[in-house]
Amino acid sequence: MLEIKNLHASIDDTPILRGIDLTIDNGQVHSLMGPNGSGKSTLAKVLAGDEAYEVTEGSILLDGVDLLELDPHERSAAGLFMAFQYPVEIPGVTMKYFLRTAINSVRKYREQPELDAYEFLSLVKERAAMVELDTDLLDRPVNGGFSGGEKKRAEIFQMAMLEPTACILDETDSGLDIDALRIVADGVNKMRGDNRSFLVITHYQRLLSYIVPDVVHVLVDGRIVRTGGKDLALELEEHGYAPIESEHAVDA
Amino acid sequence: MTNDPNAMLDQWAEQPDYKWGFVTDIEADTVAPGLDESVIRFISAKKDEPEWLLEWRLDAYRKWLTMEAPEWPHFPDRPWGPIDYQAISYFSAPKSDEDRPKSLDEVDPKLLETYEKLGIPLEERAALAGVAVDAVFDSVSVATTFRDKLKEHGVIFCSFSEAVQEHPELIKKYLGSVVPATDNYFAALNSAVFTDGSFVYIPKGVRCPMELSTYFRINALNTGQFERTLIVADDAAYVSYLEGCTAPMRDENQLHAAVVELVAMEDAEIKYSTIQNWYPGDENGKGGIFNFVTKRGICEGDRSHISWTQVETGSAITWKYPSCILKGDDSIGEFYSVALTNMRQQADTGTKMIHLGKNTRSNIVSKGISAGHGHNTYRGLVNIRRNATDARNYTQCDSMLMGEECGAHTFPVIEVANDTGHIEHEASTTKIGEDQIFYCNQRGISPEDAVSMIVNGFCREVLAELPMEFAVEARKLLEVSLEDSVG
Repeated sequence: MLEIKNLHASIDDTPILRGIDLTIDNGQVHSLMGPNGSGKSTLAKVLAGDEAYEVTEGSILLDGVDLLELDPHERSAAGLFMAFQYPVEIPGVTMKYFLRTAINSVRKYREQPELDAYEFLSLVKERAAMVELDTDLLDRPVNGGFSGGEKKRAEIFQMAMLEPTACILDETDSGLDIDALRIVADGVNKMRGDNRSFLVITHYQRLLSYIVPDVVHVLVDGRIVRTGGKDLALELEEHGYAPIESEHAVDA
Repeated sequence: MTNDPNAMLDQWAEQPDYKWGFVTDIEADTVAPGLDESVIRFISAKKDEPEWLLEWRLDAYRKWLTMEAPEWPHFPDRPWGPIDYQAISYFSAPKSDEDRPKSLDEVDPKLLETYEKLGIPLEERAALAGVAVDAVFDSVSVATTFRDKLKEHGVIFCSFSEAVQEHPELIKKYLGSVVPATDNYFAALNSAVFTDGSFVYIPKGVRCPMELSTYFRINALNTGQFERTLIVADDAAYVSYLEGCTAPMRDENQLHAAVVELVAMEDAEIKYSTIQNWYPGDENGKGGIFNFVTKRGICEGDRSHISWTQVETGSAITWKYPSCILKGDDSIGEFYSVALTNMRQQADTGTKMIHLGKNTRSNIVSKGISAGHGHNTYRGLVNIRRNATDARNYTQCDSMLMGEECGAHTFPVIEVANDTGHIEHEASTTKIGEDQIFYCNQRGISPEDAVSMIVNGFCREVLAELPMEFAVEARKLLEVSLEDSVG
């Protein structure tokens, strides 16, 4: 369960998040929508612990653990995963090596035995099939020369490998064609389960026809201004963000 | 005791601060500081050298007196001269020199202990992967292993002093043939006062059956070390030679001026790999080794091949340009380098590829990493002479910066006197990205491990050239050398 309470965060003394309250129960998928510049990606980065942002108020608990007390890599070990909107390249480091290091770092932190080469490769095979990822990609440098679709699929693959309890998808749909979108969504749907919560950040409703959310939130100017069921996304699709934005412009 | 190189490396890494800083107390037979002809005569007499070699040394010394220390290395952040050559002691040998051990059992247990602290006890090293070790402790070799097996193949692998006694004709023929005694200031100094080193000769058609390896160590206080290495691969011979160093912690700057000469005859191949981890000094630039090395190989015969691979993480100042003279037609010269500078370290390193023969090829891959207040300079020369038709060179020169206070500099020089030559030069400078580190962190990898992973990825092409166990060691070294360089 991910509980965000009264979260305020700034970058260079400019407030971006201005009091976010959001609780995602295990087993639930919440979607966070909103116009450009509303703070959606900032929330993802603040959750993951990006040091460019300063949390000025509020709390973030993951299954009762105070994430604000943890460094980014510890948050990951504690069960938080963020699929990046723009995954970076790491030249010379193969995806396999990277992932094995990641998994074993996380397992060490969780006091689990490290995976040996055989166990690791079996897991790779199984999870790669789940997101229809060509395993040849795993012998290439991390995100090196990957197409947009390959990058996003690789993110979901990493998510499947690391088995997090809270998954943040930051505009995972951006730059995807319809086939890639379906594959990514299938992967996410296969991972939905009682012990896992999802926050799907997106600008468009499109992704939500594939990953059907339990709850939809609308973020405007760093605050959640509306919360509803999956129909809210359809409403936004039809009317755009403008009516909601003008409604809350006074507060901004 | 373990035969697992990883476990051994872990042991090294667990030691605090400068991981390999310790001093073994061995009563040294040391000459008083200072340099004049009598010191050179003393060294030569101590080693029972033939008259011609003494004359060769004296000749080098007299030329050295007329030379000036180079001013051009690019060390923007660290004043380093002048060195007081009269304050250095030019000879120091462990007591056991007079009665050299016949086997490891006879070796001073304290020496063996030193190697154990290093994580590379000789007997284990020897057992591991069949590596023969000619260990240079201070200036005199104290133990040589696997000699018999090598002898079966006709391979000569011994200390330089022994070679002078047992193979004077080879020494006389090749000493100074690649790096003349008066080549440069530090080569001249080395030629005058060198005390020991290694000699390798691989006879015609022989593929050396094991990796040859030498570990160097500076030990006695205030003693400069002047190694002399000579490797000759006769027609169609092959040898892979590994050299690795660590040094004890010291406050005084110590001078290290080695000379390495390689000779590859027709169809011969020499691979020379170095891990250099001399004491780099502290974060304020106090102490550390001055490492002024001359390394050069000649591809004498047609189709010969010389390959230099180096991982340089140590020394306060490094001045080193392993080079190839591509004399034989169709000969190949290669240079793969990782140089890492942290704290106040300064490295000025690169290579010279001199193309004389037809259809000669050279390949240069240089990776410089600068962290802390470190400065890293690539200085290279690709020289294609008039008769070198269809010569080719490819140079790739990449720099990585970590933090705001460090620097990367490149001074590539290309001289072409034959218009059939083909030269490519690629260069890049990258800053290690906070976004890369954050990405790794998000996947559970700690900042330290992330940096080490990114740096190793950056150096991958060079590390891939190292023999397996050396590559493991090199990765660990890079990791240890970069500790605390990420905020």
